[in-house]
Amino acid sequence: MGTEMFNIRRGHPDDLVIALAGNPNTGKSTVFNALTGMNQYTGNWAGKTVGSAVGYFRHSTASFTLVDLPGTYSLLSQSPDEQVARDFLCWGQPDATIIVTDATCLERNLNLALQVLEVTPNAVVAVNLLDEAKRKGITVDLNQLADELGVPVVGMAARRGIGLDELKDTVLRLATGHYQPDPQPLTYSPEVEAAVAALLPRVSPLIPNPRMARWVALRLLDGDPSVLDAMERYAPNQHAFGGETTWLPTKSHSAL
Amino acid sequence: MHGKPLTELGIGQTARIEALAATGANRRRLLDLGLVPRTEIEAVRRSPAGDPVAYRIRGAVIALRREEAAQVFVCAD
Repeated sequence: MGTEMFNIRRGHPDDLVIALAGNPNTGKSTVFNALTGMNQYTGNWAGKTVGSAVGYFRHSTASFTLVDLPGTYSLLSQSPDEQVARDFLCWGQPDATIIVTDATCLERNLNLALQVLEVTPNAVVAVNLLDEAKRKGITVDLNQLADELGVPVVGMAARRGIGLDELKDTVLRLATGHYQPDPQPLTYSPEVEAAVAALLPRVSPLIPNPRMARWVALRLLDGDPSVLDAMERYAPNQHAFGGETTWLPTKSHSAL
Repeated sequence: MHGKPLTELGIGQTARIEALAATGANRRRLLDLGLVPRTEIEAVRRSPAGDPVAYRIRGAVIALRREEAAQVFVCAD
């Protein structure tokens, strides 16, 4: 597991790897450019026709490799863009994740934010375009948002460089483990929760991370076969954790 | 299914989403676009051919094809 299988070139072997997620049109690229400047290259995701951009920056004593994920509304649909974003967040194990959101329509952006937090708690929500929101008479209570999400929230107007330093500070603390958020998992209906509880004893031996195990169980309940393919591709060694792995269908997942 | 299909919402009219008839990946897609029950939705304009129609949903304008809109049921506010 790690960044290698995603064709991501780290700036330095010790670089902390940061994923940059967000809806389209949230100013995600502006944040990416503001953080990395000219120090970036573009390419393709391994085996995909989805473009990727990777950049580098330093902050304090640490150096970072920043991976710009495709802008998506969701991690759960089957488009190539969303699969790339989902697979990297799930199996690429970034040291921290930045979720860029648009303050002018925050509500619709929180869908992706919550989906990302289901996969990884080690994230910061960047509420961008605060200047545009202000012009529209929208104010965002950043503290309450941070309380409710359970992860740090940084207000930004990335075009004008506002919030960049706070974002870098937060990313550094997250990626070095000085700050370990623990957002409350979303609770589903009693029926779904009962099904998750029934599946977890079979999933957990394969996926040691409890948050990821819950997420995989939910995808299995969705009847989403791509999660099994991704597990085989990106986490084959995980099978060793269980010993008994024959339940995992390789190509025929009709039972699900 | 309660309410009327979204395709019957006139341009300039607003309604509230009651339910989605879509299942599986299509349902997921509609939810991700913000078409969650109780969300307010406004028909903004029709394309020259009449299909798709642009709707304002949670602060963004999104075009839905007729076959997608037919899966969404709405009630007047």
